[in-house]
Formats: sequence, structure tokens, C-alpha cells
Amino acid sequence: MIHATGLQRTFVTKKGRERSVVTAVAGVDIDVAEGEIVGFLGPNGAGKTTTLRMLTTLLTPTAGTATVAGHDLLTDPVAVRRSIGYVSQSGSTGRQARGGEEIVSHGMLYGVSAQHATARGRELFDQLDLDGLWDRKTGDMSGGQRRRLDIAMGLVHDPRLVFLDEPTTGLDPQARANLWEHISDLREKRGSTVFLTTHYLDEADALCDRILVIDRGVIVASDTPDALKRSVSGDLVSLTVKGGADVATAATTLAAVSEGEVSTDGLQVSARVRDGGQEMPDLLRSLDIAGVDLDSIALSRPTLDDVFLAMTGRSLREDA
Amino acid sequence: MSFVRDTGIVFRRQLRLSLREPAWVAIGLLQPVLYLVLFGPLLKPLAAQLGTTNAYTLFVPGLLVQLAIFGSLFVGFGLIGEVRDGVIEAERVTPASRTALLLGRVAKDVLTLAVQGAILILLGFAFGMTGSPIGILLGYLLALLLTGAVACAGYALALTVKTEDSLAAVANGVTLPILLLSGILLPMTLAPEWLQAVSNVIPIKHIVDGIRNLFAGTPWTAGTTWAVLWTAVLVIAGVWIGTRTFRRQNA
Repeated sequence: MIHATGLQRTFVTKKGRERSVVTAVAGVDIDVAEGEIVGFLGPNGAGKTTTLRMLTTLLTPTAGTATVAGHDLLTDPVAVRRSIGYVSQSGSTGRQARGGEEIVSHGMLYGVSAQHATARGRELFDQLDLDGLWDRKTGDMSGGQRRRLDIAMGLVHDPRLVFLDEPTTGLDPQARANLWEHISDLREKRGSTVFLTTHYLDEADALCDRILVIDRGVIVASDTPDALKRSVSGDLVSLTVKGGADVATAATTLAAVSEGEVSTDGLQVSARVRDGGQEMPDLLRSLDIAGVDLDSIALSRPTLDDVFLAMTGRSLREDA
Repeated sequence: MSFVRDTGIVFRRQLRLSLREPAWVAIGLLQPVLYLVLFGPLLKPLAAQLGTTNAYTLFVPGLLVQLAIFGSLFVGFGLIGEVRDGVIEAERVTPASRTALLLGRVAKDVLTLAVQGAILILLGFAFGMTGSPIGILLGYLLALLLTGAVACAGYALALTVKTEDSLAAVANGVTLPILLLSGILLPMTLAPEWLQAVSNVIPIKHIVDGIRNLFAGTPWTAGTTWAVLWTAVLVIAGVWIGTRTFRRQNA
């Protein structure tokens, strides 16, 4: 559905007399198969939106080629536009305009009749929980409603491929969860391929089959959320012992199953253990045999933040 | 024909949104009336000095051009809001022609002037303007074309400067010398020679002169031809610059 090779974009910025070239995206390769939901994860300024704008024909790449929805990005941008839906970060409707009018006008720009666009718009309002808002000014809608309207706008021409740029930024947790459902439905109910950008780890984790991690204009990883998390050397196992005398024994026992370092903090001993869940019964037995008196034990799966940290040496949250 | 259709879709959307603003409608209709009622009488006693027998035949064409330029150069304010709301980007990701996205908006601005201009001319007659009906119609058409050209430039300017503050500064900076140097309010024949020489380089001055000739029904002169040519040049330049900006803009 998307096949991009060496896609690159540089900007020239002027600071007084000095002209400097800023590389926003430094030659990325992207392959997305039909029916996939792929997340583009990275901190702000990593090049996510720039890449998306190139793939949606809004920005001409400085170098590289791409085929999007079966059409060449550079030689046939109009055909690309016809087959894709784009939900941008900044919205898509005028504040003074009414929801229904906006979606009909938008649909008509794709060449369909007013009647067809109205029918399609009503259907989408229904599917995206926007019923009753057809005649409401978009400026009077809630953030979540406006976001769903943006998505409806992007779907009015039944695109096979949908681009979503930071779809849930600025929404409250309930509206986010609600929107996630609608995004999953894009594939489940309509069979669309979805390409979305996010800097939220939980979002990428919850929605995507595959995640591309981008940092400073370069894709540093591409895999399923689980595989990415596995690539961080295992799950975090934390033991808390009852008495200080047991700390050293616990650390030694834990070190036997861990490939990484064991860290100690007061009565707490922790280390990363590959497939921690499976190791757990053996570990507990060993601790028992060694006579360690345990207070508690906790196992936590790595987050995508850990993945990002492991790959780039920086935390995703610092920038986000 | 999808170009015409796309233009129509954008035009209707713009018109619908504008008509829903009561202030926009009221001020738009009131503007020509105020000029005519509050400024017209000042010119009346000066008619002989201005080299004419009817002050309104001289004044109405000037006002028409003023409305054309001033109304249209400021249309960019709305566009900046639309860029901020993401409307422009949403339109640019559709297969619609970029020129249609521009001209649909411009068509609304031309229609605005068509209504304002018609009110102005009819009121002018009520105040005692006389003139050649065909000439007045031709002058009116030239003013509409000029509006289109200036509106294109206004949109291109808005997309280039990107903020309301800089748009206001630039648009004011451009309109003030045009207002003073193109003989919109008073004909440049009153000016000393050096000032006339300066005003001769302003295309709008020739357009104003030409439209005045047409209104008065004086025989077709080289000046009238210049007015038509300059209008054509401005229209072509405006559409070209506007389309180019709409196509290129990465705002």
C-alpha cells in the first residue's frame, strides 16, 4: 500500500545572512502492506509529520521515490490524493461552518454528487457517534467531536488508505479511548489500511500491528510492539525482601537468571529477565531454597518508552 | 469541467459562511452608501474646478475602484484563519485543482464587489450622476476584473506572510500610496507635475482614469485602452501568482 525508498526532506533556514540546511527527514524507507495498521512513533520534531506530509502529496520530497496506494507520488499526485484520506493534526473544518455542510463540500471536491456526499456524510456521522451534530457549528463542538468529524471528513470518499496525524493529541482519556475504537474499526469494519503518527506509547501499543520508530529523521526500528518490547533485554523483575540480610542472596539468585545487571535499592532488588513470566516459578523456587524471605515480587513488561530509550539513548518523554 | 465544478463548490462554501456573518453583510452594503452620502457632497461645489460638470460621474468610478482594491486586498485575513483551522490543508489533499481552490474564493470576492458596485452606481444615479449606460457597464466590468486580480494578490500575500499582524502592515503599506497616487478620490490632473509623473507609474491610476472616461461616455481614447490592458495584465499576474502560491504553500 505504501512503498517509499530514500524519502528525504531538507529545509533551508535563514538566520541573518547565514543559510543553513536542516534535514527534517534523512532518507526513510517505508513499506506498509494492505490492511496493516502501522504506527509512526517518535518525539516531537523527529520528522513524523514531515514524512506524512510527503506521503500525502502536501510536501514535495527533496529526494527519494514512493508509491502510495498504487500510484507514483511524484508523477501522479492527483491519483494518490483520490485514494487516500488524510486527517491532519490541525483539523479540517471552519469554526463557523456546520459539520454537515463541511463534509458535503469536502466530499464533493472528490467529484461525487451533493446527494451522494450527503448520504455518505450521514452514514459516517452515524458510525462515528456524531448523530445530532449535522447542523452544529464545528466551533461549538467538543474536542472529541471535532476530531471525529475530522476523521469523517477524511473518510468521505472511501479511501483505501488513511493517514492520521497525532489523532488523539489534546483529548481527554475517555475521548481518546473512544477514538481508538473508531480507529481500529477503520480496518475491522472497512478494511482500510491505516498509517498513523503518535508520540504516545500506549496509543502505538494499543492500535498498531507494527511500529516504525523514528528519531532525528531516521527510522531506527520497525517491528511489532511485542517484538520491539522483547528486544529490550527482557521484563523487569523486582523483589522486595523482608530483611536486609537477604538482599545479597536475593541479588545472587536473580543474577543467575538475568543477562543484565542487578540493581539494589534498599530492600528492593531488580533486574531484567528474558521471558520473565516463564522464569518466575523457577526463580521463586530458587529463592525459597536459598532461604530468602520475600515480601513481594513484581513483574513488569517493558514499555515502548524503554524501547525508545534503548535505541536512541534518550527517553521519549523528555521531548513529548 | 471538474475545474469549474470545484471552483463552484469552494465559492458556495465561502459565500454561505460570509452570508452567515450579519456584520459582514451590513458593512458591505453600508460602505458604498456612506462614501456617497458623506463624501459626495464635499465634491459637488468643486465640480467646475475638477474640470467636470457632474461631480458624481467623477466620484463614483473612483469609489468603485477604491472598493475593489481595499475590500479585496484584505480578504487574506479570512484565509489565515482557514489555514489555522486546517481547512486549506484539507482542501489541498483532495484531487481538486489548486487554481479552483483560489478562484472559488476570488469569485465570492468578485460577487461582493458586484453587489456593492451595483448599489453604488444606482445610488449615484439617485444623487444625479449622468453618463453613458454602456460605458458605465464596461467600467463596472473592469472594476470586477480588478477585484479578482487584487483578491488573488491578497490571498497570495496572506499565504506568504502567514500572520494577521504582518498582513495588516503590508496591506496598509501597499494601499496607502495607491490611494494617494492613483487619483481615486481626486483626479491627478489637479496635481503638480512631479506628482503626476510619480502617479503615472501606478497602473491603478490608468485604470481609474479609463473607468472615468467610460462612465462619462467620452470617446474611446488611448487612455481607455491602457485601462483595459492594465486590468488584463493585473488579472493574469494575480491569478498566476495566486495559483503558484496555493500550489507551493507548505503552511
